Amino acid sequence: MGLLTFKGGIHPNDGKSLAKDKAIVEVLPEGDLVFPLSQHIGAPAAPIVKVGDQVLKGQKIAEAGGFVSAPVYSSVSGKVKAIAPYFTPTGGKVSSIIIENDGTYTEAERLNTRSLDLITKEEILNLISEAGIVGMGGAGFPTRVKLSPKEPEKIEYVIANCAECEPYITADYRRMLENPEELVEGMRVILKLFDNAKGIFAVEDNKPDCIAKLEQLTSGEPRMEVVRLMTKYPQGGERQLIYAVTKRAINSSMLPADVGCVVDNVETIIHIYDAVVNGRPCIDRVVTVSGDGIAEPGNFKVPLGINQQELIKAAGGLKGAPEKVISGGPMMGFAMFTLDVPVTKTSSSILCLTKDEVARYEPSACINCGRCIDACPSRLIPSRLADYAERHDEAAFEKEFGVECMECGSCSYVCPAKRQLKQAISSMRKTVLANRKKK
Amino acid sequence: MNEQFNISASPHIRAKDTTENIMLWVIIALLPTTLFGIWNFRDQNAWILVVVTVAAAVLTEYLYEKLMHKKVTIKDMSAAVTGLLLALNLPASAPWWMGVLGAVFAILIVKQLFGGLGQNFMNPALAARCFLLISFTGRMTSFTYDGVTGATPLATMRADGSIANVDTMKMFIGQIPGTIGETSVIAIMIGAIILLLKGIIDLRIPGSYLVTFVIFITIFGGHGFDWSFITAHLCGGGIMLGAWFMATDYVTSPITKKGQIIYGILLGILTGLFRLFGGSAEGVSYAIIIGNILVPLIEKVTLPKPFGKGGEK
Repeated sequence: MGLLTFKGGIHPNDGKSLAKDKAIVEVLPEGDLVFPLSQHIGAPAAPIVKVGDQVLKGQKIAEAGGFVSAPVYSSVSGKVKAIAPYFTPTGGKVSSIIIENDGTYTEAERLNTRSLDLITKEEILNLISEAGIVGMGGAGFPTRVKLSPKEPEKIEYVIANCAECEPYITADYRRMLENPEELVEGMRVILKLFDNAKGIFAVEDNKPDCIAKLEQLTSGEPRMEVVRLMTKYPQGGERQLIYAVTKRAINSSMLPADVGCVVDNVETIIHIYDAVVNGRPCIDRVVTVSGDGIAEPGNFKVPLGINQQELIKAAGGLKGAPEKVISGGPMMGFAMFTLDVPVTKTSSSILCLTKDEVARYEPSACINCGRCIDACPSRLIPSRLADYAERHDEAAFEKEFGVECMECGSCSYVCPAKRQLKQAISSMRKTVLANRKKK
Repeated sequence: MNEQFNISASPHIRAKDTTENIMLWVIIALLPTTLFGIWNFRDQNAWILVVVTVAAAVLTEYLYEKLMHKKVTIKDMSAAVTGLLLALNLPASAPWWMGVLGAVFAILIVKQLFGGLGQNFMNPALAARCFLLISFTGRMTSFTYDGVTGATPLATMRADGSIANVDTMKMFIGQIPGTIGETSVIAIMIGAIILLLKGIIDLRIPGSYLVTFVIFITIFGGHGFDWSFITAHLCGGGIMLGAWFMATDYVTSPITKKGQIIYGILLGILTGLFRLFGGSAEGVSYAIIIGNILVPLIEKVTLPKPFGKGGEK
């Protein structure tokens, strides 16, 4: 079978060999743990503990702040030290619950669950929501909301996003190799919600070992299938992934459910399994620590809330003098000015790069070469949209579909003039979307 | 807070291609035909004209940007490319001051006064060639080869109405009168292949240009599908240099894929029209210049559909 893919995209140096073969290592926290109340898209969670309270590992410390929101759990047992603003990986300060670890890891009672044969759809959805699961690939959209489309019987494909197309990151890769059973069981749980759906594991073909493992595990499963994707960025983008698998295209004003699809990434599906089968809330995740500024790159399973400096230490510390540290991948991740931030539900990786490629180049004039058009998976004209953005021409920006940009950064990557195309387009896009809401 | 790291918007990595090395590759790709031209017209010291024209182009850009207190951009090598292309479009017999005048016109009037690299709406080298052609028609259309001043094969074909007096093999190799860089099809093709392999150009513009041109002269050329007539037309004049190196100029060609094909077709028709029915034997420069002017219009009607709105195919 040919490789499934989409048109456009780029082939950056993937840097995955640094951490690819490093098995997942568990790391225990030394210092305080910090739980931002907003680690997801939607309303911030509301604290239900006070300073001085004793909490247990797996105890809920903040309640969902609305339908599109998610509760927060403590990943250790200890004492609530403070509820105060703290820097998060995305750069801003967010109100956070700070917990002093007592080192005993005394567990709270788990969530009430029943065997998969008996459990109802409503119970599954409630468990996912109660466990505080959000899109752990980076978007942080509450999973409960994603899994509750208006017409669940019209969902034909549940796609496990096993592409992991961002360079350097290998967390999902290790998860697929080390916990494939949990991934498949997680898929089984999701399929219980959608009677007419098929479960598709969509894996890039640079992970043949994962493909083999998943194929072996799903060989007797009539409702599950493994498909091979071309290795290309942004193959794991939701719209690109759905198109590659189903040849159905959605634009910015549509949801995957509109074309009968639901997409979740590997880490999210494993947490769904953990919540529904084991009654465990979302309190840990696998994080890749990599880059040429890290002494011993690797993949680590860490409690949420752990300080990223501790994670760097677990990876042998910094090497050389990194110029740039990034939370997430190099294409869409956030550059951080400090490592004194907690690991959150959406922290898939920490990258330390000794060279800041962006700072080395000075943007120059567009030479109209068209490379950004070839790369744009949304089929836009990024160079032109960036021009409109730079002169605040909202009308032209909208007319040429600037809102369709998904901010994958492929245009900035390929631009020989080193223009900050994505940066200009995404800030204009935010303005346009905000103005639309006002109307 | 112990460390402070650089921050910037994503993405945090960049491809290796830069404007500078794209321009450098264009210069490298132009070397075969440049060196051939210098050798071919060695009796007229073509090398002096090439060097003077390139130097004048770079110097004009440098002085203008210095005087205007702008950032000096000669390092991006686009001025050198313009100078070289202009030199390749001049007859070896042209005096050195014509090269200088053309280079100043190309860089100052066509490029810098419109805002510099990326803003010019006409190919500077071609605009300068047309400027010189109009101003010094005699000198620009007098070609000396091997000590003899005579007509180019294209002009001979036009006068005779047949291809009896032209040698297509010599035209292919380049041992014919013409401008410094346009005569050798083989040297131009070596350069074109370099650009194609490096991914700097693709076949859309040159392909649709040449195919359309062949179809046009087959229909209207009066020789039907006569392969030697077509070959003579493809190997004569500036069509090869134009199709591979001038029509593909990023700045002055459409950015949309469909637009590039339409642009190529337009150039093919215009070139055929000028060559067969125009006042002179040659028409590539004017065809490309007119094509340049129509680029914004072509882009407007070929705006691609976004993904999810019909643009996924």
